Amino acid sequence: MTDQASSVVDIRADYMAQVRRKRMMDGIILVVFIALMVTGFMIADDRNAGGFWEGLHRIFDFPKEVLSEAIEKIAELPANLWKYLPSLIETINIAAASTLLGAMLGMLLSLLSTRGMAKWPRLIPLFRRIMDVMRAVPEIVIALVLIFIMGGGPVPAMIAIAFHTSGALGKLFSEVNENASLKPVEGLQSVGASWAQRMWLGVIPQVAPNYLSYALLRFEINIRASAILGFVGAGGIGYELRNAMSWGKGQYDDAMAIFLLLFLTIVAVDQLSSVVRERLTHGKTQKVAS
Amino acid sequence: MTLTANETVLLKVEANRLFGRKKLMSFGLPAIVIAYLTYIAVAFDVPGLTQRFEVDNARALVADSYSYKTHIARDNRSGEITAAIEGERKGTYPDGTAPEWVTLGGTETVIDLGDSHVVTYGADNFVSYDVPGYGLITAQPSRSKGVQAVLPTATVPEWISASKNRMTITTDAGRLTITRNRTEVFRYFTGWELFFFTLDSPYSGLGVGEVMSRALGGEHAEIWQNFWTNKMWRHADVAWAIFETILMAFLGTMGAAIVALPLAFLAAKNFTPLVLIRQATRRFFDFFRGVDALIWTIILSRAFGPGPLTGALAILITDTGSFGKMFSEALENVDKKQIEGIQSTGAKPVQRYRFGVIPQITPILLSQILYYLESNTRSATIIGAITGGGIGLLLTQAMITQKDWEEVTYYIVLIILMVMIMDWFSGWLRRKLITGDESGH
Repeated sequence: MTDQASSVVDIRADYMAQVRRKRMMDGIILVVFIALMVTGFMIADDRNAGGFWEGLHRIFDFPKEVLSEAIEKIAELPANLWKYLPSLIETINIAAASTLLGAMLGMLLSLLSTRGMAKWPRLIPLFRRIMDVMRAVPEIVIALVLIFIMGGGPVPAMIAIAFHTSGALGKLFSEVNENASLKPVEGLQSVGASWAQRMWLGVIPQVAPNYLSYALLRFEINIRASAILGFVGAGGIGYELRNAMSWGKGQYDDAMAIFLLLFLTIVAVDQLSSVVRERLTHGKTQKVAS
Repeated sequence: MTLTANETVLLKVEANRLFGRKKLMSFGLPAIVIAYLTYIAVAFDVPGLTQRFEVDNARALVADSYSYKTHIARDNRSGEITAAIEGERKGTYPDGTAPEWVTLGGTETVIDLGDSHVVTYGADNFVSYDVPGYGLITAQPSRSKGVQAVLPTATVPEWISASKNRMTITTDAGRLTITRNRTEVFRYFTGWELFFFTLDSPYSGLGVGEVMSRALGGEHAEIWQNFWTNKMWRHADVAWAIFETILMAFLGTMGAAIVALPLAFLAAKNFTPLVLIRQATRRFFDFFRGVDALIWTIILSRAFGPGPLTGALAILITDTGSFGKMFSEALENVDKKQIEGIQSTGAKPVQRYRFGVIPQITPILLSQILYYLESNTRSATIIGAITGGGIGLLLTQAMITQKDWEEVTYYIVLIILMVMIMDWFSGWLRRKLITGDESGH
């Protein structure tokens, strides 16, 4: 009896000690984290051209300036929107083409780097590393180099985004592939299908909805990327935005029109892709249920 | 059970319809893709690219990324000879010294370009270049009479461009340029020049073993100082820039998570029954996400000026939108039972959230935050190029000069390594924290 009671006390003491230790660890982590955030903020603030506290009250000055000018010239807004529509289409085309090309290359790379599907199983690590490197390259690096070689325009941006996209999608696709059943592949192999046929007929139909879902998500990201690359000289709406910004006061109605177009496009694609992705994953569960 | 004839026909029709759709898909989809790509090729003027493609730029870029050239120049007015790597002041050899393939003499300087190519700077601005298999080219540049080149053959080969005021001889060994005022020859070498020590450092040109033994002999601080302050490659600045980029990503991501977490409760159906507040918060998130990081960067740099803080805040604002959306979705999926259990012990609302909700969503939150940390390292590079901070700025600066391609290559390699390390680190932390958390509870 007393023995039991003492063991209960022991257990409780042990538990409380553990809890205390965990709380202390949590506390230390929290303190370190806060210290990192504060010192990081101070360093960044120090390195910035303008300080945070001096700039804080000016944060709305620029939007106000742009808005007031845009409201003054509200009558020109439809004409401006129309004027920048072609460059918006170019930006969307850059995003779409690079997503398409990147998805195709990513599909190939993912199939080559999935166990059980790879054409050359020994080279799986190589293709994985290739995807890692492609994923790690920020678009702007390739875009700037290509702009130097081929001059400004949409093609450097398209290649740059497609390069990064194939790495990023390749990784996601190979995760999808790992969950695909290998039975159709084996079946096709038994009737003498080539590698391409096995993949196209045995794997792709299984994974297509998931591929499409990821590609749509990527398309959304790539629209933003292509707008940013335009800003460094790769055509599209980003380029127009930089021009409108550099003209400065008096052209803010143009800038406003571009802001609006970009904002509406991003929101529209965002909403559209989430609806379609919802349907893609939802449709699949229905099929399984029936 | 046997099928009636009617049912068989029906099944057949059904199967045919399915096959028809399959056929349409397997031929229609590639056709659409090809049609779209053709349209893109026309719209983006891909055929015109061959004209715009600047082969010289591409060649210079590739050659410069893995090799460097050493210039040996003579000022034809003063007769002064200088040797400089890449022709830059930072890479100039001290007076009276030169690489070992250059023999400095009182009146005659002999420059051995390798493969029996020999250039001689003689007295009175005289220049000769002995090209194997072709002959001796001589020139006597002067201010009044021009270059005065003499070639061994009557016809000028295509690798020599000669006029009265300028002669350029380009061979595999190097290039000799002669004008009235200046004679310059350079030779290519493989590798990145002066990567460790510049020429004014006492350790320049020493072998690895020699430097190592000196480091062990107590000079390590000095050696490190010499390397770290290398004027050509600016290692200290580069390291600082990489730190700044990671700092931008860290501050932006973590700041966004801190701001988004309380707001996410307002946007979750099960925590905020009021439709108005919920919808307002959600539209707020949509707006922050919809106004792209690019636009936030522009707006913020007007208020705060260029620098890492602007980049961090741009990431913070954009990701507040993304995190808010994801966190509120995670909150909507929490298990009610745990909250009720906590409530039954008489916990107050704050305690209910702390012990009933937070432990449930922590793994999801952490994995999303860490994923964004990696992705934001890349974004911070891009934003840095626009707003002027971090490695992105160094990269664009090096590109603008259009000649420091070896530095561009160096930065690109560093950026890729940085992103890969962050990728690995965030994955490691994610595994560590999330599995640790599960066992802890």
